[in-house]
Amino acid sequence: MIANFAFYIFSAILLASAVMVVSSRNPVYSVLFLILAFINAAILFLMTGAEFLALVLVIVYVGAVAVLFMFVVMMLDVDFVALREGVQQYAPIGAAVGIVLFMELALVVTGWTIAPGAAAFRLSPTPTDVTNTVALGSILYTKYIFLFQIAGAILLVSMIGAIVLTLRDRTRGKRQDIDMQHARMPADTLSMVTATLGEGASVPKTPEQVQ
Amino acid sequence: MIPLAHYLVVSGLLLVIGVFGIFMNRKNIIIIMMSIELILLAANLNFVAFSGALHDMVGQVFTMFVLTVAAAEAAIGLAIVVIYSRNRGSIEVEDVTLMKG
Repeated sequence: MIANFAFYIFSAILLASAVMVVSSRNPVYSVLFLILAFINAAILFLMTGAEFLALVLVIVYVGAVAVLFMFVVMMLDVDFVALREGVQQYAPIGAAVGIVLFMELALVVTGWTIAPGAAAFRLSPTPTDVTNTVALGSILYTKYIFLFQIAGAILLVSMIGAIVLTLRDRTRGKRQDIDMQHARMPADTLSMVTATLGEGASVPKTPEQVQ
Repeated sequence: MIPLAHYLVVSGLLLVIGVFGIFMNRKNIIIIMMSIELILLAANLNFVAFSGALHDMVGQVFTMFVLTVAAAEAAIGLAIVVIYSRNRGSIEVEDVTLMKG
């Protein structure tokens, strides 16, 4: 009973914050509501028994992806108010598509049953004697090791891709140019001046300074 | 134990909100990417709910891979947004014609 009550509360917060994500005027608020939505989804994951995934969701999404979104939203110098032009115009179309999609989903949700022999077709039945993390790890590193490796490769590719995309060649910064140092001759930079006693010498300009 | 249909209704609503967000914020690529994250979250919720109801671990394994791909997609997409705004000074989706010959 209390579990049902908690489920409704957290689902309501999840859906309300999802609505705020798409309808908020300020993208920073959108990101913050996205974090709230992910935390509530993690609680729903917990309630269905996926403890490891719930904490992964908090760590990966709230800790990394949402912060990445926040960073980009705050770093970009973009007029976000101008980007909201036409929202009233597009909202009815979006609402129509959403209602049609929800009707289709409602038809599916109300009209299905689990096949009677479905339990026999389970690929990895949940073990009852170990915790969720142990159960997940014991099949992730054995049965699904190739999928796990491919997931790691995808992350590596995306990391390299993001670095390559955003890397700037800073030509304006001061850095060492070894060819230019080697090509530098003494005559270009050095001149001998005889200084008379008591008067000093006016230093003639080097060719580099003349240029 | 919460009935499976409750989870399905919540994830269905979450998916619809995500689709609605894509349609509503047609110009703002960042909100569109957040809507895509919401849609992927709805898919994850579905996987986890079925995994719990059927007592099968595969749903949770697949959820991990969906999470991985979603994180990679967010990283690449935001990198593209950053360099696009650096080059053009705007992130309006309708003006994206850099690839046009």
